[in-house]
Amino acid sequence: RPQSGSRLQVSAALKEGRVSPTELCQRCLALLRSTTFLNAYITVAGEAALKQAEESEKRYRRGQPLGVLDGIPIAVKDNFNTAGIETTCASNMLKGYISPYNATVVQKLLDQGAVLLGKTNLDEFAMGSGSTDGVFGPVRNPWSYSRQYKEKSVPKSRSEDEESNWVIAGGSSGGSAAAVSSFTCFAALGSDTGGSTRNPAAHCGVVGLKPTYGLISRHGLIPLVNSMDVPGILTRCVDDAAVVLGSLAGHDPKDSTTVQDDFKPFELPNLTDVSKLSIGIPKEYRAPGLSSEILSLWSKAADLFKNAGAKVIEVSLPHTCYSIVCYHVLCTTEVASNMARFDGLEYGHRSDMNKSTESMYAATRREGFNDVVRGRILSGNYFLLKQNYENYFIKAQKVRRLIANDFMKVFGSGVDILLTPTTLSDAVPYEEFIKEDNRTRSAQDDILTQAANMAGLPAINVPTALSERGLPVGLQFIGRSFQEKQLLTVAKWFEKQVKFPMIELEEVKRHDHGVFQHQKSASFS
Amino acid sequence: QKVSVEVLDHLEHLALVDFRDAEGVERLQKAIQFADQLHEVNTDGVEPMDSVLEDRCLYLREDDVTEGNCTKELLKNAREKVEEYFVAPPGNIPLPKLEERETFLQGS
Repeated sequence: RPQSGSRLQVSAALKEGRVSPTELCQRCLALLRSTTFLNAYITVAGEAALKQAEESEKRYRRGQPLGVLDGIPIAVKDNFNTAGIETTCASNMLKGYISPYNATVVQKLLDQGAVLLGKTNLDEFAMGSGSTDGVFGPVRNPWSYSRQYKEKSVPKSRSEDEESNWVIAGGSSGGSAAAVSSFTCFAALGSDTGGSTRNPAAHCGVVGLKPTYGLISRHGLIPLVNSMDVPGILTRCVDDAAVVLGSLAGHDPKDSTTVQDDFKPFELPNLTDVSKLSIGIPKEYRAPGLSSEILSLWSKAADLFKNAGAKVIEVSLPHTCYSIVCYHVLCTTEVASNMARFDGLEYGHRSDMNKSTESMYAATRREGFNDVVRGRILSGNYFLLKQNYENYFIKAQKVRRLIANDFMKVFGSGVDILLTPTTLSDAVPYEEFIKEDNRTRSAQDDILTQAANMAGLPAINVPTALSERGLPVGLQFIGRSFQEKQLLTVAKWFEKQVKFPMIELEEVKRHDHGVFQHQKSASFS
Repeated sequence: QKVSVEVLDHLEHLALVDFRDAEGVERLQKAIQFADQLHEVNTDGVEPMDSVLEDRCLYLREDDVTEGNCTKELLKNAREKVEEYFVAPPGNIPLPKLEERETFLQGS
């Protein structure tokens, strides 16, 4: 099969009438129904999606599509508000909560004619790196069921086959990553606070973009850490990420933390000459626990750039090792504040306890939050106590500046892009993952992704190769603030060089009526 | 250094969230231990950073009413309401003291 050269252009297909929006929607919904074992979706809005698809079809017939995204099925992580559709954050606290409004990013996608298939699964309130700690159960990595993984794994006994062997999707946007990876949608929204879009992207073999803080509106994204959260974009190829970014970026009066600079959507050039590029390899990202496989891939990637004429140099980000500790304090403290809104009065779960306001709040929160969330709230409150404020919260804010400054120094010295691994290893089996607690796991897994959130920088995971176990491994590019075009251009060049293989899933093949056929990177643009 | 029961009790009051069991308390202990690593870093002369956008001005819009009148929508999600009010149980009643509360900390 030809590699990334022959990509089915779904958008072009829609325009030319080779496939209709309703057909596309129905195919995706059918595939979704046959892959429910992945548990990627919490809510499927099938009827509403078909209506949207019908509207889109009318527009195409009139020759007036709203844009490239018109009729394209998408999914949204369940921590974004979606009008009329349940938004749960995978928590008992918000079970049954029907948002009265759309998050800005959701509205923008709908305004472009995108077809919203449903809300995807995550770790409760986006706290976690495995998408295993939500009330609707864990997300399964679609690659667990791929031919590539199955042929490499040795089942211990006949009965112990796929059921115990399946691997995690990564987190906390695991549902979105799994949805894109299994072809049930063409793009999905995630969120990224410590790596929550890039981590599952790496594990599920898809592109995961974390934009610059302040570029995309957070209005309607249920906040975790206001100073670090960003909406994330998950797609099957870099070009698609650029298209989605183009429709989402820009100032939003409803989010005063979005910058007022003019944003112009861009098309990515096909870079052929990388000789003017300077790629930095931060030595501290050779973190303890980094698998030799990934280390070797990282090294090969650096050589790839070098052999193509780019300048590749080792750089230093000395405070990298403190980013997790710093994040731990800043995250728990902001969480302590953000979670205070859940008191049962205005929305969400409310306890039957009626003795007093305080006891009702306490019981509601006792019943509504899982261990992870409660743990972070309590830790956060500890760090914010008067006697601890200076030593922990302010201290962490100072360390944050040191981490941000490290990046500024390196970018100021002429480096254009940083190249690092995204994760320490390929996806681990669920049974193994749950042996360690959430905080330990997050601390381990976020180490390569977190610092970019500290500094507010754009970063992207590009699927690079399959591991020895037949699972995806990705590499990360980190760019300068608001230089998404340069970042994505380099990422696209790299994607073209590595030709990451397509997932071979039985269910996809069965539902492939030529819609998904010939898709190596399955671009919709 | 273990966190005292007084502080744990205080935290449960402030957070209105419970530790639930020994594991919950242990979780906090480990979190503090982990955070203590911050003290290894020399931050003399470093200003705290609260936002990466600190060099920019926040957007301020005109103080005009452009939306609202969505009382019905907003009340839809509340469990207890009367006309246009959210109904809360009586306020100004503090949480019972440690000895009188049903909390794991009682045993400590």
